Amino acid sequence: MLGLNKKDTSLLIVVALLTLLAPFILNPFPEGSAMAQFNAGYPDLMQRFVIFGIFAIGFNILFGLTGYLSFGHAAFLGVGSYSAVWMFKLLSYNVIPAIALSVVVAGLFSLLIGFISLRRSGIYFSILTLAFAQMSFALAYSVLSNPKFNLTNGETGLQVYADDPQILQGANAPDLPHLFGLPMRATYTMDVGAWSFDFNAGYYLCAIIMMAVFYLSIRIFRSPFGMMLRAVKSNQQRMNYTGLNSKPYTLAAFVISGMYAGLAGGLMAAMDPLAGAERMQWTASGEVVLMTILGGTGTLIGPVLGAGFIKYFENIFSKINDNVLHSWFAFLPDGLEDAVVFVIHPFIGKGWHLTLGILFMLVVIYLPGGLVEGGQRLLKRFKRKKKDTDDAPSGKTEPAE
Amino acid sequence: MTKKNVTRRGVLKSGAVAGTGLALPTIFTASSAAAFTNEPTGSSVTLGFNVPQTGPYADEGNDELLAQQLAVEHLNGEGDGGCLNTFSSKALQGNGILGKKVGFVTGDTQTKSDAARASAKSMIEKDGAIMINGGSSSGVAVAVQGLCQEAGVIFMAGLTHANDTTGKDKKANGFRHFFNAYMSGAALAPVLAAEMGKERRAYHLTADYNWGWTQEESIVASTEALGWETVNTVKTPLASTDFSSYIAPVLNSGADVLVLNHYGGNMVNSLTNAIQFGLLDKVANGKDFKIVVPLYSELMAAGAGENIKGVLGSMNWNWQLQDEGTKAFVKSFGEKYGKPPSNSAQTCYAQVLLYADACERAGTFNPCGVAEALEDFEFDGLGNGPTWYRGADHQCFKDVLVVRGNENPTNAYDTLEIVEITPRSQVEYDPEHPMFAGGELGKCNPGA
Repeated sequence: MLGLNKKDTSLLIVVALLTLLAPFILNPFPEGSAMAQFNAGYPDLMQRFVIFGIFAIGFNILFGLTGYLSFGHAAFLGVGSYSAVWMFKLLSYNVIPAIALSVVVAGLFSLLIGFISLRRSGIYFSILTLAFAQMSFALAYSVLSNPKFNLTNGETGLQVYADDPQILQGANAPDLPHLFGLPMRATYTMDVGAWSFDFNAGYYLCAIIMMAVFYLSIRIFRSPFGMMLRAVKSNQQRMNYTGLNSKPYTLAAFVISGMYAGLAGGLMAAMDPLAGAERMQWTASGEVVLMTILGGTGTLIGPVLGAGFIKYFENIFSKINDNVLHSWFAFLPDGLEDAVVFVIHPFIGKGWHLTLGILFMLVVIYLPGGLVEGGQRLLKRFKRKKKDTDDAPSGKTEPAE
Repeated sequence: MTKKNVTRRGVLKSGAVAGTGLALPTIFTASSAAAFTNEPTGSSVTLGFNVPQTGPYADEGNDELLAQQLAVEHLNGEGDGGCLNTFSSKALQGNGILGKKVGFVTGDTQTKSDAARASAKSMIEKDGAIMINGGSSSGVAVAVQGLCQEAGVIFMAGLTHANDTTGKDKKANGFRHFFNAYMSGAALAPVLAAEMGKERRAYHLTADYNWGWTQEESIVASTEALGWETVNTVKTPLASTDFSSYIAPVLNSGADVLVLNHYGGNMVNSLTNAIQFGLLDKVANGKDFKIVVPLYSELMAAGAGENIKGVLGSMNWNWQLQDEGTKAFVKSFGEKYGKPPSNSAQTCYAQVLLYADACERAGTFNPCGVAEALEDFEFDGLGNGPTWYRGADHQCFKDVLVVRGNENPTNAYDTLEIVEITPRSQVEYDPEHPMFAGGELGKCNPGA
């Protein structure tokens, strides 16, 4: 279907089912139960899963295929967000022009940065992109937010004010981001027994866009262009000696992944109309690198899994506090309860970074191929139990290389 | 490698999938039954405490969290009741809010607008929080305030000192108990004049972001009104940790006062650098050189240690105040945690009680009813003496403290001494004052 081979089609269908049914999958525990703490099926986090999924898919096109490690991709995400919010301020709260402009602006910006940074490769390329991203952050944080020329509103973040022009904003249009009148915040809550599932309009917009760009990334991976990018990764020098100029290819990959980042930034602003400078900081750039490596570099679905994994930790583990722990372990005798809470305490709440760091180390040491490799090993083990002879790799989460 | 065989069946299939996808969002148009966002229906009500638990203001955030937990205890009738006994409004009974037991959830703002909004959103969407409180930075406060306005819940700001929070970024669903940069300037100026005279030349080092600028603007305006001259204002990057290169030119600038518009770690570092350069031992223009830190906090004072001795600044509140509200709060905080509360803790504690009290008086959790009950509310007994929650911009007006780094501290918490309690009338301003103009409260939003 859609010009994909059977394996890729089934991968796409799996991703589509996972995203469309996410409200069910992410809310496995009944509301009000002790385990409800681990539910992730609320609109904001689901939106974040797919938005950062898009970001990581785009980053993987550059890093996974060409091997160029960009440490400045957050800059494109930030630029996308700022353009989207400016569209809200100037035109209207409709998300379509905002998302379109964010992709275009991020594309142009990445063309400029890519053109300069790609003159070098390896660590020098990484450092150049890092420098550009930090420059953009500094510009957004203070230089471009002075009272005389306020483009970014600095530390506070760019937001829409009541006295902004919004020339296309209709009289009856909702006063928050919407898609032709359907507010992004609109949520339909379905109560089934003790469970409750949220279906959010903004989430489904992001989900549909993510499926589209995921499809696009499969096509890029499988195209002659994708093959050329892989050639760059395996031996760029040899490619140059054969008379091929690899720079247009790497630049194209850079711009495409920059546009993915811009799209993610635009969607982020569309879900929540505020653009903060922190999303351009180097930590944000590093995060997408982590997501890609954690999920599996160069695989199709790995980056999406990695993005989900990190965002889950950031939002769920950081919210477990001592009170919650005490309520979990209330059945233990007092002294023991305190001891257990004391042991777990450093790993939850503000300690979520620590937990994530440990998991990241474990993944890198034992599963160099990321979560995708973990999945494959599991599948293999199951297969072997069923049929000892069948050693063929199992379909769904096969790496692209 | 690419396949391009488009078949009729393939097109029909993909068309059907795309059509279903596009039609899906229409199920969201159904309106919900609740009268406002997160209307509490059970026997409990959830408050969201969104404070920095990591990052540069983590200490402040953790102190805020302690105070918020204490406030919840007092609301539920546990502990000694704290300020419930001294608060001028007697609507709170110690049986929760409107008979519902108070629960809370916590989140980490990381002192980043994005992270703070994500954390507040998850509290509202996942945990059903009806009010968000806390924070230790103006950027975060403004960002979260905007979110609460959109989502239809009440935002009770924590520590936020920039004029914009209740100035150009004010929102109908947001309320600030903390004082602001303008008030710091107005309170400090007379004390500066009395201590240093009216002919001084000031040199400003300012953290290069929103709060720094409004603070600088406010201090420059109020000191120039005294007759001081501003020699230079220099912006320093927020991420700086070494300020020596900014301090060195001060010596030769002809200035005799250094104003540090820095907060948190920035302030600790810049003050330490200034002391190392021996600025305080210098004599310029025939006068002793002085340093002023317009916004102080106990935690910064502890960080700067010896260096703050004799340095003037302003504060929202201090645990050494002698009014009944302060004494009751310091007593229950001290008994529970073994240390006196900081002024960021106090503002959060007061905000939680004020919110609960407003719900009781309004008889509802509806944000519009609560906002109406808070607007132009006059109260006493939560520290700082008689206080007025102004309806026009949702800013609290109360006495402001001018403090000085203690020359002879007797214990670890006695680092600051109160120089003067500037009366409320002296720090009041018109809601349309140029430093605050440009914003609009808008209409309260109950969500739903």
